[in-house]
Amino acid sequence: MMMLSGDPPRSRVLTLLLVVIILALAATPFLFPGAKALNVAAKICVFAALVASYDLLLGYTGSVSFAHTMFYGIGSYAIAIALYGMGPNWAAVATGIVTGLPLAALLALAIGLFSLRVAAIFFAMITLAVASAFQVLASQLSWLTGGEDGRSFQLPELLRPGTVLISKNLFGFEINGRILTFYLVFAISALMILALLRVVNSPFGRVLQAIRENRFRAEALGFRTVFHLTYANCLAALVAASAGILNALWLRYAGPDTSLSFSIMLDILLMVVIGGMGTIYGAIIGATIFILAQNYLQSLMGVASKAASEAGLPLLPGLLHPDRWLLWLGLLFIASVYFFPTGVVGRLRHGGGKKTAGPSH
Amino acid sequence: MTDLAATDPLPKPKRDIAPVLLPIALALLMIPLIGSTSSWLTLTVASLAMGMMIFIMASGLTLVFGLMDVLNFGHGAFIAVGAYVATLVLAPFAASIQADSLWMNLAVLAPAALLSMAVSGALGLVVERVLILPVYGQHLKQILMTTGGLIVAEQTLYALWGPQIIPMPLPASLRGSFILGDVAIAKYRVLAMLIGLAVFIAIQLVLNRTKLGLLIRAGVENREMVEALGYRIRRLFLGVFMTGSALAGLGGVMWALYREQVHASMSDDLTVLIFIVVIIGGLGSIGGCFIGAILVAMVANYGGFLVPKLALVSNILLMVAILMWRPRGLYAVTSR
Repeated sequence: MMMLSGDPPRSRVLTLLLVVIILALAATPFLFPGAKALNVAAKICVFAALVASYDLLLGYTGSVSFAHTMFYGIGSYAIAIALYGMGPNWAAVATGIVTGLPLAALLALAIGLFSLRVAAIFFAMITLAVASAFQVLASQLSWLTGGEDGRSFQLPELLRPGTVLISKNLFGFEINGRILTFYLVFAISALMILALLRVVNSPFGRVLQAIRENRFRAEALGFRTVFHLTYANCLAALVAASAGILNALWLRYAGPDTSLSFSIMLDILLMVVIGGMGTIYGAIIGATIFILAQNYLQSLMGVASKAASEAGLPLLPGLLHPDRWLLWLGLLFIASVYFFPTGVVGRLRHGGGKKTAGPSH
Repeated sequence: MTDLAATDPLPKPKRDIAPVLLPIALALLMIPLIGSTSSWLTLTVASLAMGMMIFIMASGLTLVFGLMDVLNFGHGAFIAVGAYVATLVLAPFAASIQADSLWMNLAVLAPAALLSMAVSGALGLVVERVLILPVYGQHLKQILMTTGGLIVAEQTLYALWGPQIIPMPLPASLRGSFILGDVAIAKYRVLAMLIGLAVFIAIQLVLNRTKLGLLIRAGVENREMVEALGYRIRRLFLGVFMTGSALAGLGGVMWALYREQVHASMSDDLTVLIFIVVIIGGLGSIGGCFIGAILVAMVANYGGFLVPKLALVSNILLMVAILMWRPRGLYAVTSR
């Protein structure tokens, strides 16, 4: 209970689901052989943390930011540029961290302070504009960021797949640098999610919820909403940048497609909405469902598309083509806002969903 | 107490002309910076043409927001749909597009543009009924819903037309430039400016000279009051939404001809530009939207000429500067 900051899942099915997901993730290197399974598991970990940080904004303060991938990208690029420029050593990793995190926090502060000057309604539009400018900037400054190609780099010795830590004949499994990296990603993501759980259940988190429900009343109660909102923005940006660092470390690469593109932003939005806004746990569920679907459903769609084109059906092959999977995602997105506004977690907690846990607007 | 005679004119709000002077001052300021008068004229005409096209696309969005407090993140979809629909007409009649006769070209272009407007307007009807009606008054859900709608529309376009870029050549008679002395002015830009001005004047006339316009303006200022007077503002809003969507479709056709290509992702960049224009102009203000569009286009054109590196972030800088001056946009119409 201490670890969960007094905010347990509050539903048996949900608890079971979470335990299964976390155990499966933790045991992936041993249960599911192959590089793909490990990649999927690492991506779920990174995105669970990233989505949880977005939930802090969307679910707890009720502000829609489209700049979250920007912070994610800052983390990714900071570590990638540092490791690319300084070579694969721990000093470079440290440099990436101490430049990336403050940069993300400062930028979040700047956006927060600026958009607080204007009407709250502008926030989503302003973040969208800033994020798209940043994306263009990252692809134009190719001497620094590698442009569209991005930056590939080597990890320090300890984290490389070639480094055998415990040889196979001891346990029957080989523990190498790659698996160590996976557990690094797993542990840090888990810590960040627990920390976010702590934040939202602190008095600070309660104020955020009060602001979400009614900003005027929160202000009338004497809370400095400007301070709280900006602080929440900076916290979310820090976690997002850390998730970006983990992602870059895992992929050994940072580029516009993996860390900055607008489609990642949409993925994050979708994961929060599917999982359940304003719950933090929803992030884990949403990220797991979404990434499993992304990695395994697409191949199913390819099969379906082929079958449809062989059966000579019009239009269907085009609609079912694996590249069109975003189409179904968009439909799912609309459907979940329609029928499922509290997401999986809200549904599980409240059965029929009479009382809503998420924000009403 | 002052005496008011019946013949006295009604008290009028003071005209606020500072925003109008802004683009003029900016243009004049650029003359010495750019140096040559001919390139300044070319750039100015280019900015005016680009600004008019952006204005056509953005005008619907600003009214939709002002009137109904609806944040439509899917506005870009209407732009792309408009452009794609135009290819349906323009591709089969490629021969008359390439014929060097203005009337033959316009005979194909006009129906193409009208069809685009009709289709995007009809799509606007569907979007308003299906996506926006259930989430009135809930900004968060509006953003989510319309973002989802944008994805679906974009992907459907890909599924129907394929992911490749479709070329959309300018009609023969609109290619090339008018040469005045040593100044070259592209013919299509003149046409774009004329259409943009016509749309602006038409919207202003409807808003300021008709009862419908009076209701719309009243609705922007105070929705509940208009409802209390017995007008069905939802229906009014549906009309505005459809008109806005149709205008976005028209803007899409014009933009596609300007760039001479059509692609589903064209809506992404334009959406950002349009948002900036709407924010700068002040939500719900047509005049502000018009000035904002011209300012954005001027900054893009002059900036791209003077400091190409700056062009990437110039729009953001412009937005920051304007909002520092007037936090609610050039003209704050709504009470929100």
